[in-house]
Amino acid sequence: MHELGVVFHIMDSLEKVAAENEVEGISKVVLELGEVSTVIESYLQNCWKWAAKKRKLFAEAELIVETLPAVTYCESCEKTYPTVEYGKICPYCHSPDTWLLQGSEFNIKEIEVY
Amino acid sequence: MKEVRILEIKQSVFADNDKQAEELRRELKDKGVFLLNLMSSPGSGKTTTLMKTIETLKDKLKIGVMEADIDSDVDARTISQSGAKVIQLHTGGMCHLDAGMTRQGLDGLETEGIELAILENVGNLVCPAEFDTGSSKNAMILSVPEGDDKPLKYPLMFSICDVVLINKIDVLPYFNFDMEKCKEYIHMRNPQAKIIPICAKTGEGIQEWADWLAEEVRKWREEE
Repeated sequence: MHELGVVFHIMDSLEKVAAENEVEGISKVVLELGEVSTVIESYLQNCWKWAAKKRKLFAEAELIVETLPAVTYCESCEKTYPTVEYGKICPYCHSPDTWLLQGSEFNIKEIEVY
Repeated sequence: MKEVRILEIKQSVFADNDKQAEELRRELKDKGVFLLNLMSSPGSGKTTTLMKTIETLKDKLKIGVMEADIDSDVDARTISQSGAKVIQLHTGGMCHLDAGMTRQGLDGLETEGIELAILENVGNLVCPAEFDTGSSKNAMILSVPEGDDKPLKYPLMFSICDVVLINKIDVLPYFNFDMEKCKEYIHMRNPQAKIIPICAKTGEGIQEWADWLAEEVRKWREEE
């Protein structure tokens, strides 16, 4: 449900970019999606296909999603570890004193236009 | 053959909304309208809590309410009985409100003279957390039947809220809801969060919540 709203936001932002850069159409949109962001790639792709048909600028736009791995930093032992595998507790020193270094991003990286 | 070029964007998907939200927050500050964004799951008691809140604060503050739902106007009808100014917003199927929609809602409400505007967001613990509405403060309600583990499952929502109301405490004896564990989970995600247990039906805790809110409005007015 969330993904469709997000797709509309991306398209709204890119329509502004297109207007500023005299773009006729967009052939490719590259997103960076963190592994533990709240957006699910397969849903995003489906929503994209549906929404793209309704907007001229995106009629031929392919959506590429690059995944950014989630990495957590441990305050106690100052090591980093993969978030998805170990969660909130550090696998090295078992401290809960950890925070997400990267992985919640959701960025528009670049677009290919004509 | 079309000439193809690459435009580097390098911005968060939410950047546009964040910018609009900042602008709206500044404008509301100039107008003296404190905007509270109230979020929760469907059925946690947002509307009942609002009714009690308005009852408690209506002599102190001029209140306006925006009811956001995917469809229907049942909530706006209920709130209108409180005497507060209210409008119903329809999100057109969307699961949340963004800053642009909030601005439209405020225009529709006509905030002239309103000191406290309350946005009852769409019932949902995921999407509304991602979109800054331009609010001065964020509040959420977690009700006892939902379970004490929700702060672990929906961390973002709990981390962006200034206050968490734990509603329906009258049914605590019937549920395996550990209040202390729940508070601990909330503070794990958000050490600054104010937590107030309430029962909107019986009115328990409502005064503490209303006092907290009135105090936040007062402090916000005094800020530069």
